[in-house]
Amino acid sequence: MEIIEKIFKDKFAKIAFIVLAVLYLLILFADFIAPYTNTYSNRNMSYAPPSQVYTIDENGKFSRPYTYNLIREYEPALMQTIYKQDRSQKYYIKLFVKGEKYKFLGLIPSDRHLFGVDNGCELHLLGTDINGRDVFSRLLFGGRISMTIGFLSLFIVFPIGLLYGGISGYFGGIVDILMMRFAEAVMAIPSFYLLIILAAILPSGMTSIQRFCLIIVILALIGWAGFARVVRGMVLSIKKEDFISAEKTMGASNLRIILKHILPQTTSYVIIAMTLSVPSYILAESGLSFLGLGIQQPDASWGNMLKEAQEFTNILYRPWLLTPGILIFIAVLSFNLLGDAIRDFLDPKSQTRN
Amino acid sequence: MHFFKFITKRILQTIPLLIIVSLISFFIIRLSPIDPLAELRLNPSISQETLDKEIKRLNLDKPIGIQYLSWAKSFIKGDLGYTTAGEKVSVKLKERIPNTLLLTLVVIFMTWSVGIPLGIASAVKKESSFDRLLTILSSIGMAIPSFFFAILMLIFAVKTGWFPVGGLTSYNFNEMSLGGKIIDIARHLVLPALVLFTISLSGLQRQMRANMLEVLDSDYVKFARAKGLSEGKVIFKHALRNAINPMITLLGFEFAGLLSGAALTEYVFQYPGLGRLILEAVMKSDINLVMASLMMGTIMLILGNLLADILLMLTDPRVRN
Repeated sequence: MEIIEKIFKDKFAKIAFIVLAVLYLLILFADFIAPYTNTYSNRNMSYAPPSQVYTIDENGKFSRPYTYNLIREYEPALMQTIYKQDRSQKYYIKLFVKGEKYKFLGLIPSDRHLFGVDNGCELHLLGTDINGRDVFSRLLFGGRISMTIGFLSLFIVFPIGLLYGGISGYFGGIVDILMMRFAEAVMAIPSFYLLIILAAILPSGMTSIQRFCLIIVILALIGWAGFARVVRGMVLSIKKEDFISAEKTMGASNLRIILKHILPQTTSYVIIAMTLSVPSYILAESGLSFLGLGIQQPDASWGNMLKEAQEFTNILYRPWLLTPGILIFIAVLSFNLLGDAIRDFLDPKSQTRN
Repeated sequence: MHFFKFITKRILQTIPLLIIVSLISFFIIRLSPIDPLAELRLNPSISQETLDKEIKRLNLDKPIGIQYLSWAKSFIKGDLGYTTAGEKVSVKLKERIPNTLLLTLVVIFMTWSVGIPLGIASAVKKESSFDRLLTILSSIGMAIPSFFFAILMLIFAVKTGWFPVGGLTSYNFNEMSLGGKIIDIARHLVLPALVLFTISLSGLQRQMRANMLEVLDSDYVKFARAKGLSEGKVIFKHALRNAINPMITLLGFEFAGLLSGAALTEYVFQYPGLGRLILEAVMKSDINLVMASLMMGTIMLILGNLLADILLMLTDPRVRN
């Protein structure tokens, strides 16, 4: 718990920690907080701008927040559809309104959403996308994928990297040479090139869960080699220590020495590497999905939501479609700041340098 | 003599590396459920003759081990086969690689000429408000996804109209004079280079700052100060030369990072580079093109590392011996 205290002493790390905590809470309770479900779409509301929320009514008095419904009209002069507010009826924003059915935390069926408006009006805090889906809601659901995929990949990278680096460093000799040449070869391929190729050869027609799992595996396949190399370097120096020779004379098996005595020594490095590498996984996933090779529609991820921002008309006239990019930025920045603070804490030597 | 021995040794070392890389990429691509000739078969402008030639060249009717050997043989000979559109892969690569190299070298030049001085300045003025500001800015620079930043730059280009959007040359490029051509390419380079520059600058500045701080803390710098040397001499004559050596090793890594990072930036800006080529090839499952550009990317990366090693040898006497 000392570490949390330490983090809270650093101004930036504290803000980063709070931001991340809020983000993870939001995505955990996304079903409840989001006014719409992940797949809810209203084809008549494609590219609707964000709903204006008013707190001061037409008489200049404070009022409960309310909004107006949007009506789609075709403007012949501009040759495009535009949205106009229907000022005839106010819709107040209410708490715990009835809406789309969902399962709270995947277990408890419910149809109450944290906030929303009555039937007859739609509330889109950040507008809608081409299919008339609520961007705000999809940001929360997309966060579920974008913010967890990195951690899940790390759960594959770390065992592989630890074991691979451990064996390579411990046995040395020809084993070490062969294993390291292979790891170097993986590292010699430009990582993003390898990433898109692996993603592209995924068979089509997988369920979204299968695809999600395979993307995790692919991200892990890119990341393990660099990690294994560093672990190997650490193992090389640890295995010369006296307590390892003592273990050997006592007749402990090689695997036991690696797993029980050498690898635990690398714990603090592992934790540092873990926090510092989460952002690169978030960026890799979003880049992949941005290209259409990662998470596929109708599932949301911040990367594939940004795919719509590839069109000129969208980035110029529908700026709300850029919000996923801002969230990626905030998440990555927070992880970086937090990672720096954790590194300073676990590795005091780096403090003189930074 | 020593020098040539070192270089020869390093070049020889890259050969097994290239073989393993080619094995990895070959098996990934061949074991995938993609028919390497699917598009070629569907393309009506490709004759059965070409198709047969490809099947024979790739030995698709033989076991995968033999397929690899024959692929490797024709790769070494420089025969890379045809794209699904019927063009020669080698021609396509010759067209794209210089563009990616141009972009990458411009960016490396920019980051080094800005990042190194900034790193030195923030190390020398450690914990000043200038240093703090740079730390915050570099954190921000490291966190912006390259493709998102590229999109923002596109908006900027479209709204102001100051820069051309996409590509490397204007439509009337061929009619321009030599000077006009250079200016035209430079104008197209500004935005993609700026995106990659911002993203790699942060890492470089941080690394230089960390190196410099370590060196400034060392005994020989203390000694130089105790000797009564001026601060400028201590920093530029003693500290800088030692702090910059690790950066040269990083140059190789930076090259790698840029190759990868450039793919997304090239895609957004429609820049005709290797990264976009491989992306297009992947989307069209153009196996020959994917395989060849993957190998080219790897060779470029290995060459980058090799160059960095040689540079380091020239600057650091410790490595030489």
